[in-house]
Amino acid sequence: MDFKRKDLLGLEDLSPEEILLILDTAKSFREVLERPIKKVPTLRGKTIVNLFFEASTRTRMSFELAEKRLSADVLNFSASTSSLVKGETLLDTAKNILALRVDCFVLRHPTPGAPHLLAGKLPVSIINAGDGAHEHPTQALLDLYTIREKKGHIEGVKIAIVGDIAHSRVARSNIWGLNKLGAEVRVCGPPTLIPPRIENMGVKVFYSIERALRGVDIIMMLRIQRERQNKGLLPSLSEYREFFSLTEERISLAKKDALIMHPGPVNRGIEIPAKVADSERSIILNQVTNGIAVRMAILYLLLGRR
Amino acid sequence: MAKLMDEMDMRRALLRLSHEIVEKNRDTKNLALIGIHRRGISLARRISKLIEEIAGGKVPTGSLDITLYRDDLTRIAYQPVVRNTDVPFPVDDKRIILVDDVLYTGRTIRAAIDALLDFGRPQKIELAVLVDRGHRELPIRADYVGKNIPTSSEEMVEVRVKELDGRDEVLLLKRK
Repeated sequence: MDFKRKDLLGLEDLSPEEILLILDTAKSFREVLERPIKKVPTLRGKTIVNLFFEASTRTRMSFELAEKRLSADVLNFSASTSSLVKGETLLDTAKNILALRVDCFVLRHPTPGAPHLLAGKLPVSIINAGDGAHEHPTQALLDLYTIREKKGHIEGVKIAIVGDIAHSRVARSNIWGLNKLGAEVRVCGPPTLIPPRIENMGVKVFYSIERALRGVDIIMMLRIQRERQNKGLLPSLSEYREFFSLTEERISLAKKDALIMHPGPVNRGIEIPAKVADSERSIILNQVTNGIAVRMAILYLLLGRR
Repeated sequence: MAKLMDEMDMRRALLRLSHEIVEKNRDTKNLALIGIHRRGISLARRISKLIEEIAGGKVPTGSLDITLYRDDLTRIAYQPVVRNTDVPFPVDDKRIILVDDVLYTGRTIRAAIDALLDFGRPQKIELAVLVDRGHRELPIRADYVGKNIPTSSEEMVEVRVKELDGRDEVLLLKRK
């Protein structure tokens, strides 16, 4: 099948076939990363702008590397150094950059729907690199890729997503993607961090990590966002650690060959003990490597044709 | 539609071609074959087996997908599927023989050479094809040819192999 989209905005509107096409294409790009010369000429002459209105290290570096490995020209824009501080709107900023004749925007923005706004107004490809607490499609796709790589399939896989579900775009995109490919998804966290009516997305809710982990193949830990500490959602970090940290004892409730994922950055000693993050079960660094291949695949599918 | 080669013709052509490779490369130790997706891979595997029968010694075989090196990605409307590339040996200082089913404009081979050079620096690259149909657009020629078939640009040459198509044959079709 052909990938006919102009933009990648979220997993909510992708079909299972489209998701699988991205994952299959990423497999071919994964091999490129193991070559002595890790670069192919595919997007020569294309210009891609990384438009980041929020702090990001790994996503921006991963996108930049994916773009460079495909021989595209890359412009980096971050909000703190831009004319944004002079009061320019997002759309005006994007239109001005577009007038420089670019082919694609990779956008991270704190407002949900910001990439959708640009996608509707601009004739070039928009890739959502995280919009508020809404979606982070490339992260979910690299997670799906990594699960499929390690488990061989996604259908029937039992997975528990543990942590701050309410503020997590990673959780939301993963729930869409995992459900579409037939996984069984559980979410777990303190009630203040579980959004109301999340069951409607097709997940089971657990407030006890011990119950949530029973018999799962994959444990996906989310970062406890320290920025949100003063909102009164958690009594204290040490209480969160007491009830939700991924201790070895808790891991033993999952399947024998259960694997541990984390989208990063990891708060060692809070949601996950350092020893567990570095253990054999942890595939956190595989996720990072696979992220480049998945982003290369997406760029190729969006830009590698007329 | 005309049948240009049947199973027997293909077998004979590949056998002769394999003999020519062995004749030119007495020492097969440093030799490796790389098939170009998709039918070149099947042909490369067969040639590898034939060389082993003729000269003894295994010849390593890899596969190459040239999609990412195409020169027409910004011109074509459809999206080519990116398939896996698998070169399971170091290419440095090897004598590599690229294998494809049909040699036509030469653009695929240009892309394949570019791709191959990203894996290292072979001592030599040669080209083996089952069918050379002419109409080159680049200065490229094959070192080993199963059959030369003069064609017009309105025609298409289709190679079918048992591994992928259930039968061995080469057909001449009219372009729609």
